[in-house]
Amino acid sequence: MQMYDLPDTRGHFGPYGGVFVAETLMAALDELRQEYEAARTDPDFQAEFRHELRHYVGRPSPIYHARRWSEKLGGAQIYLKREDLNHTGAHKINNTIGQALLARRMGKKRVIAETGAGQHGVASATVAARYGMECVVYMGAEDIKRQSPNVYRMKLLGATVVGVESGSKTLKDALNEAMRDWVTNVESTFYILGTAAGPHPYPMLVRDFQCVIGEECKVQMAEMLGRQPDAVIACVGGGSNAIGIFHPYIAIDGVRLIGVEAGGDGIASGRHAAPLSAGTPGVLHGFRSYLMQDANGQVIETHSVSAGLDYPGVGPEHSYLKDSGRAEYVSVNDDEALAAFHDLCRYEGIIPALESSHALAHAAKMAPTMGKDRILLVNLSGRGDKDINTVARLSGIEL
Amino acid sequence: MSRIATTFSQLHAADRKALIPFITAGDPGPDRTVPLMHALVAGGADIIELGVPFSDPMADGPTIQRSSERALKFGVGLKDVLAMTAEFRKTNATTPVVLMGYANPIEAMGWPGFCAAAKAAGVDGVLTVDYPPEESADFAAQCEAAGLDNIYLLAPTTPEVRVAAITRLARGFVYYVSLKGVTGAANLDLVEVAQRVAMIRAGAGLPVGVGFGIRDAETARQVAQVADAVVIGSRIVQEIENSTPETMQDNVRNFVAGVRTALDT
Repeated sequence: MQMYDLPDTRGHFGPYGGVFVAETLMAALDELRQEYEAARTDPDFQAEFRHELRHYVGRPSPIYHARRWSEKLGGAQIYLKREDLNHTGAHKINNTIGQALLARRMGKKRVIAETGAGQHGVASATVAARYGMECVVYMGAEDIKRQSPNVYRMKLLGATVVGVESGSKTLKDALNEAMRDWVTNVESTFYILGTAAGPHPYPMLVRDFQCVIGEECKVQMAEMLGRQPDAVIACVGGGSNAIGIFHPYIAIDGVRLIGVEAGGDGIASGRHAAPLSAGTPGVLHGFRSYLMQDANGQVIETHSVSAGLDYPGVGPEHSYLKDSGRAEYVSVNDDEALAAFHDLCRYEGIIPALESSHALAHAAKMAPTMGKDRILLVNLSGRGDKDINTVARLSGIEL
Repeated sequence: MSRIATTFSQLHAADRKALIPFITAGDPGPDRTVPLMHALVAGGADIIELGVPFSDPMADGPTIQRSSERALKFGVGLKDVLAMTAEFRKTNATTPVVLMGYANPIEAMGWPGFCAAAKAAGVDGVLTVDYPPEESADFAAQCEAAGLDNIYLLAPTTPEVRVAAITRLARGFVYYVSLKGVTGAANLDLVEVAQRVAMIRAGAGLPVGVGFGIRDAETARQVAQVADAVVIGSRIVQEIENSTPETMQDNVRNFVAGVRTALDT
């Protein structure tokens, strides 16, 4: 692998990324870029970030050998990076702490966020409470129905949750509405974007904050096994947990990087959320990347059992990694993800998020085809407590 | 001389200001757009801004979002918008048409294909909300080669050195976004608008239009005292929303005529 030093100074990963926003936001993004450049090399900022990850989030998160499930599958050994054990139950908090520290550094007292499954909303509400900031979270009306426990969690943490009724009433519409708030309140407000997408510098800074996942894995795998995994597997919606675990491995030859998109009812059905598997490049939400769109360039409504993957675009660095061939992208259907969800509950005593269950499902497909000395590292990006209503409903059970 | 330049030079000679109404193409139905464009001209429009429907209009407020959704119910896409423009051109050879929209429909058509088709349809200018100059140099060059004016936005948050850089690239006119917010938001600070527009005009070799948040004839009149053109969008879309199919054209024409009168007196 060649030296990898992306994005360029204007946020491009090859043809992807960039800054495709209305003029009103250009100055704010420029300010954020400069502030982040300063913070990135400021030892005090980095020390505080590390301190918060250790003492507030509970890092490093462990790597766990899913021994019984691996035995049942009868092939490669599956190891889980336990981001589900973080405070707030997902990887999202790594990023929200980083961005909240940036917001404080910039003197912004009000933060806004978009959320799909509610994990990023909860992580944003959490850090807003932690640092004493006002927090408004935009969430699609459809997602509010699917994820009511997380809605209440955000309210408990003092955030205002605004339901978004436009478009498909899911994550993409919440993002539109957050952008509209930001353009209106740009001088007082910091936008805590939840995934490694959006206009530059967001894809870069979210990646950098999430890279703690992969950095820890490299050390932990060496300590536990004296070697690195044969493949690293992560689910991809916007793609922040995936880029966080992939990025530190990009330069390490022999480690396959596999992103798993939401196949919904199957790619052939058209009802899915898999732009890397079945989309074409386009511009949405401030950046160029693979996108689910029709021939007129209108964004297509997506479908996934998992609200957190229900997004028609994907972070620009994943588009670059796909084209370059360094990472592979596959999809897993709703029913396969649900089967993996139940397997992990029963064999390992871990309730995984439906998002992460997509990565687990792909590991379950791969493992039996590999030798028992092979190692798959799955990013278990979140815990599944928030999903029990959805899973129960799909099983015909009313809670 | 382009239709946009001709229009501004004629207005300048007559000491009048340009009125630029906006409607979304395909709202409330594809067959209404060309008659509405003629109604805008009959009411006194100098340039028509024609919105290209998009599924994710991030810079628009609820009114224009709804207009986009109504058009998309009929599947109205960029190709249809160009066909509507061509139809309008059959009976109007003088009123400039500026397409206003988002990058992705243009990306999907491809730049060369779009520029050629837009020119052939009789489009005069293109304003793409999410194509800042940094991302659109090649697109702007292709527009210029095709004879389309690439129109850029300037915002209250745009620093002065950037204003200078953008006005150097701009063609046709520059569009000053009069408030921090989405289209159709309320509460213009007229004093701030006047200061900013004066600064922009001092450096720009082009006319300056002002839009976002101009909701009535009186505000339009005040803005026109400091600018070369006034853009009104959401308020006209509301007129369409609140009309029956029978009254729509008259209501739109009458509203535009009211603003025209205010600008001319």
